[in-house]
Amino acid sequence: MEKIIVGISDMKTCQAPGELVTYALGSCVGICMIDTVTKIAGMAHIMLPDSKAIQSDQNKMKFADTGIDLLYNELIKGGAVPSRLTAKIAGGANMFGATSNTMSIGDRNVEATKKQLAKLGVPIIAEDTGLNYGRTIKFNSEDGSLLVMSSLKGNKTI
Amino acid sequence: MAIEKYEDLNLVQLDVLREIGNIGSGNAATALAQLLSRFVDMKVPEVCLLDFQQAMQAMGDPENTVVGILIRLTGDVEGIIMFLLEEPFAKTICTTLMGDHPFSLLELDPSDMSVLNEIGNIMGGSYVNAIANIANMLIDISVPALTVDMLGAIMNVPVVEFSQVGDKVLMIAEQFLMDGVEIHSKMLLIPTVDSLQTLLDKLGVC
Repeated sequence: MEKIIVGISDMKTCQAPGELVTYALGSCVGICMIDTVTKIAGMAHIMLPDSKAIQSDQNKMKFADTGIDLLYNELIKGGAVPSRLTAKIAGGANMFGATSNTMSIGDRNVEATKKQLAKLGVPIIAEDTGLNYGRTIKFNSEDGSLLVMSSLKGNKTI
Repeated sequence: MAIEKYEDLNLVQLDVLREIGNIGSGNAATALAQLLSRFVDMKVPEVCLLDFQQAMQAMGDPENTVVGILIRLTGDVEGIIMFLLEEPFAKTICTTLMGDHPFSLLELDPSDMSVLNEIGNIMGGSYVNAIANIANMLIDISVPALTVDMLGAIMNVPVVEFSQVGDKVLMIAEQFLMDGVEIHSKMLLIPTVDSLQTLLDKLGVC
């Protein structure tokens, strides 16, 4: 199966067969969406929750709100049907444990991701988020399975 | 000229930053060598201005499991010191200080963890002290935070923090060698843009 690498603050889509991969998510969140009928899949790797809270917002793929919109539109353009899209998300860890009382960037990324997906009406059917460890994720566009790998906690498919 | 973004730095300023890295890490290496009674060598530091993608990969295979020790700087210079230790380096430190014992990063013993944390503290402290002294500044360091994880996920922390102000990150990176070339680790100083200006002003570089 062809392996397509998604970088940090980046997005890729593919038509099955193909595997979308992003390495070592820390507090970033990986958002995977698929239409399992047409088998069009996409993955986004966002770093920050909100494009409106930051001055430097040129890079739309950096943020949960604008990045997820771009991925959604790209999938629709590629032939996905909005009502059939489902999402799986992973990442949003708090890498060095709690160092302050404020909500960690990982938690805020997850929260913003869920909010944006709800806005678009895309249901989240599986997630592996939070805690304090990094994750590499591999999204299979054939069956929509998401393999989550970590160096300390082992691998699981969601 | 005021530095508003990292790209504004000129060659002389970059050289000064390299020298700052040299002085800081020289002191850190000396501290480590004294603690371990071993020979610790270092390379010429690199000053790298990287976009996020490069920053995640510049330190090695993002999936490689390493120890990451993070120290926050506050006061006249703000930023992060990140200490990245590969398994052989961490093992050498722990077995030298605690006697020979089984060591695995994936099942790190709490006592080894606190040894590494303290080494991070001492080295980070030496590094920062040296810089604070030459530039006559007050820099505070946080208690170090330690984690064992994928290199990429650890580098995610400074990258995400700096992504809030721009699309690039500046790192002054130093590589330490123990027993020749076989065992190495890296120490990174990642200052904020504002702190660079303060630092260069204090040193009289414009």
